[in-house]
Amino acid sequence: MIKLTDKPIDVSKVIEAAKHPTAGGLNVFIGTVRDFHKQKNKRVVRLEFEAYEPMAITEIQKIAAVAIDRWDIKAWAISHSLAKLNVGEVAVVIAVSTAHRKASFEACQFIIDQLKEKVPIWKKEIFEDGEEWVSAHP
Amino acid sequence: MQLTIKTFGITSEIMSGKNVTMELAGTTVADLRKALSAKYPSLDKLNSLFIAVNRAYAEDATTLKETDEIALIPPVSGG
Repeated sequence: MIKLTDKPIDVSKVIEAAKHPTAGGLNVFIGTVRDFHKQKNKRVVRLEFEAYEPMAITEIQKIAAVAIDRWDIKAWAISHSLAKLNVGEVAVVIAVSTAHRKASFEACQFIIDQLKEKVPIWKKEIFEDGEEWVSAHP
Repeated sequence: MQLTIKTFGITSEIMSGKNVTMELAGTTVADLRKALSAKYPSLDKLNSLFIAVNRAYAEDATTLKETDEIALIPPVSGG
């Protein structure tokens, strides 16, 4: 299951979608909004997201296909927010089921790492005194 | 040929629009890069800039058609 949504992410639904009877481990990564940008020494008020939705879904499918093959994933679900989020709110959930726990940890990490590198989703940080598209400039 | 280019994130601000039309003399992604760079020098200051053709990352050698869906992909930051 892949879902890009401007509604609050229901974490339990993502987990439910990744359950499978042949799995002995279900690993979940939840990305949340951090309150501070360390390098800029600025307090983050909220985040806004934008996605190139059809391509984002295609790129997530490609990442999942590699992971499914490499770690023998039994079931998986990914949901990413496209909403305006406040500090502490959920930006992304990745849930992966495999037969044994080690593969579920590795697959989950692989998927979030690849998502952050390849999937066309952009995050804007809103500070108390301005805003900035994350990672746009050196 | 005339191309319509989808922009996202910071590229929408640099190019002042979400769907920007551009006249391109050349035919490849590399030609488009040069034309974009000349018209919008601020694009060169980005950490990276990929061009997507028909919803997939494209190589510089890719040939473009007027009917292609072309999009600019500035540094992604999901998650």
